[in-house]
Amino acid sequence: MAELYRADVLVSCLHGRSPELVSALKQELDRRGLAGEVKVVETGCRGFCTMGPVLTIQPNGIFYTDVQLADVPEIVEETLVKGRAVQRLLYKEPATRKVIPNYDAIPFYSKQMRIVLRNCGMIDPQSIDEYIAVGGYEALGKVLSSMTPEQVIAEVQKSGLRGRGGAGFATGRKWEHTRKAAGEVKYVIANGDEGDPGAFMDRALMEGDPYAVLEGLTIGGFAVGTQQGYIYVRDEYPLAVQNLRSAIDRAHEYGLLGSDVLGSGFDFDIRIVRGAGAFVCGESSALMQSLEGKVGEPRAKHVHATDRGLWDRPSCLNNVETWANIPPIMNKGGEWFASIGTERSKGTKAFCLVGKVRNPGLIEVPMGITLREIVDDIGGGPPKGREIKAVQTGGPSGGCIPASMLDLPVDYESLTEAGSMMGSGGMIVMDDRTCMVDIARYFIDFLKDESCGKCSTCREGIKRMLEILTNISAGLGKPGDIEVLESLAKTVQLASLCGLGKSAPNPVLSTLHYFREEYEKHIAEQFCPAGVCRALIAYQVVAEKCKGCGLCIKACPQEGISGTARQPHAIDQVKCIQCGACFEVCRLDAIQVVPRSAVTVGSNGGNGYKPVREVVR
Amino acid sequence: MNAQRVIEIIQGYDGDPTASLAILQDVQRELKYLPREALELIAQQLDMPVGYVYRLATFFKVFSLQPKGEHICKICLGTACHVKGGPLILETMERELGVKAGNTTADGKFSVEGVRCLGACALAPIIVIDDEPLGQMTPDAVVTRVRQLRAGEVVKIPAQMPVKVAVREAVDLSAVPPKG
Repeated sequence: MAELYRADVLVSCLHGRSPELVSALKQELDRRGLAGEVKVVETGCRGFCTMGPVLTIQPNGIFYTDVQLADVPEIVEETLVKGRAVQRLLYKEPATRKVIPNYDAIPFYSKQMRIVLRNCGMIDPQSIDEYIAVGGYEALGKVLSSMTPEQVIAEVQKSGLRGRGGAGFATGRKWEHTRKAAGEVKYVIANGDEGDPGAFMDRALMEGDPYAVLEGLTIGGFAVGTQQGYIYVRDEYPLAVQNLRSAIDRAHEYGLLGSDVLGSGFDFDIRIVRGAGAFVCGESSALMQSLEGKVGEPRAKHVHATDRGLWDRPSCLNNVETWANIPPIMNKGGEWFASIGTERSKGTKAFCLVGKVRNPGLIEVPMGITLREIVDDIGGGPPKGREIKAVQTGGPSGGCIPASMLDLPVDYESLTEAGSMMGSGGMIVMDDRTCMVDIARYFIDFLKDESCGKCSTCREGIKRMLEILTNISAGLGKPGDIEVLESLAKTVQLASLCGLGKSAPNPVLSTLHYFREEYEKHIAEQFCPAGVCRALIAYQVVAEKCKGCGLCIKACPQEGISGTARQPHAIDQVKCIQCGACFEVCRLDAIQVVPRSAVTVGSNGGNGYKPVREVVR
Repeated sequence: MNAQRVIEIIQGYDGDPTASLAILQDVQRELKYLPREALELIAQQLDMPVGYVYRLATFFKVFSLQPKGEHICKICLGTACHVKGGPLILETMERELGVKAGNTTADGKFSVEGVRCLGACALAPIIVIDDEPLGQMTPDAVVTRVRQLRAGEVVKIPAQMPVKVAVREAVDLSAVPPKG
């Protein structure tokens, strides 16, 4: 029999000081003789990353942010003994400074709809009992006791669930194909190789609610008719591996994995395989190659993985987030799921809202919500004084959506039409200090490293695009470059073998489409308006605004700023390396970005910067 | 190189050639890099060409064929870190240590690595030094931390610094349990 507690203290942000916080809380509760009344729970990610470590006190939902060790006695005394909130730890709305005591009233949470992240930050991910207590494994019980595999697949089809890894293939159809494929031995695989830079939804799920992934995968195994499941986890996520492993052990102990699951006669087991740091292994055929212990190179898909995948056997591969959506769909029915979202994109999607917003973090929203609602209401808008320029979705395969299109609904079709894609859920907000040429160069540089090199269009095309982009940002762009870039991009898109190559030109094409002017400025005017491409800019002190505080003098790594206190400072253009350290520290906007041609410097910029052709490494 | 340990790791997987990737990961965790002899030994034990093992070891980024420095500094260059000044952090680190990313200082004390996304994007720009994650970095903080390490100071994470990211499984040689 589980013990009953008067209150629960949920400590999130597993990775930081939370373990210390938890032991401090427990000690204090012990000292006050409250250990039997209040339970301290270490949970997974609560999503509100800048506010961490956060602490939720149940049942009343009091939400404390940025909790320090020194706050512990006060929290115990005030909240747990006297039932009052500690005012200074409550969340304050940045604009109005209004205090919001309960987490569900904070705009960051109130605009969200949490289905797949339902348990993240709410339960102890290590405890199977807690997962079961919040309704876990009900779905598996229902499926195994009262449904046929065909009925399960029909329910998934009814839900309209589509692949959450980004491509958006109908999950139910994939399951059906695998079920109908010829062969005795089949596999179900969860893709947890979250390689997109700027995305960590799958990490949060695997770390914060591992049983949901196991349950979804087990239901999938039953539906497609297999006894073996795999979870492929990124090597960079050791905690995910650890939590999944211990979850598998517990599930075995409880008869929820292994032979004769829940006495139904269905046998099923799951193995964890660690990736080894190759972005291309997120691609289905490459992932399966890697699972077999081979080099992760994709193959042509004349034959689908659902017919011949892992070890040439029918394999059903879905993203971790897709699998975690299955238990609620089974519990509440496909129709319920299909009632959320838009015509063709159903349910919710988890995103990592990061970059230049006030509240970066892990969020989950219903499909069809606008980008503006996400960025402004949940994300709190751009930092003070800055302006949003673009939102990047879909990782290196996606594109940049300009601020003028922020009213775009977030669903598979709208994002693709806008030249980007849903992707696995990275959402990077960029402001006027982000250069679009540099962003395109950044992604293409990433893809240059990650291209497996098997097909020549991807291997060579990406490299040539990178050369052009590097030259443009180094001030060596010439008329005609943009056109060559476009034609290269289209060739790579058409002729590459796998998804990586086919989508690799998206960052270039979307920035060219929406921000062509910025490219032209780089080439014709030799200026980077965002102040990012160093070869094209110089920093200057605006004498009228400078109060001579000396912050920039301290920040300059080149010792290139001089001036006396309370007198306007000056930047030595010969020493300046355009690192922008002074610009970042100045609180008075007294440092401005000007074209390089506007300042007098030596012949090559006077700063040791040599425009070289071989800037491409 | 402890050949016996490498053989034990391979035997932990029953000499299964499809476990080659897992074996390489475990060996790297044990030795901190993959020396030539280890690759040859694995190839011999699994009865596959050395070239095949070499190909695996060079395809996947997790593996290193070079020994690493005493302190490993990973600077995240994911998209969120990139737009929030990750490159400036890397540059500061390179300048402070006098080596370019991908290299180790001459005294063997520090290795600098630019990595793609550590999955803690909301804390950008983030770096990880010896498995200790440091979020919302500034050039100043980088310099301070490196100088502390160089002076051999054992420093606890300053309490006000927001840090929470997956810490790699601790590489404690004595504590690695035999597989199987």
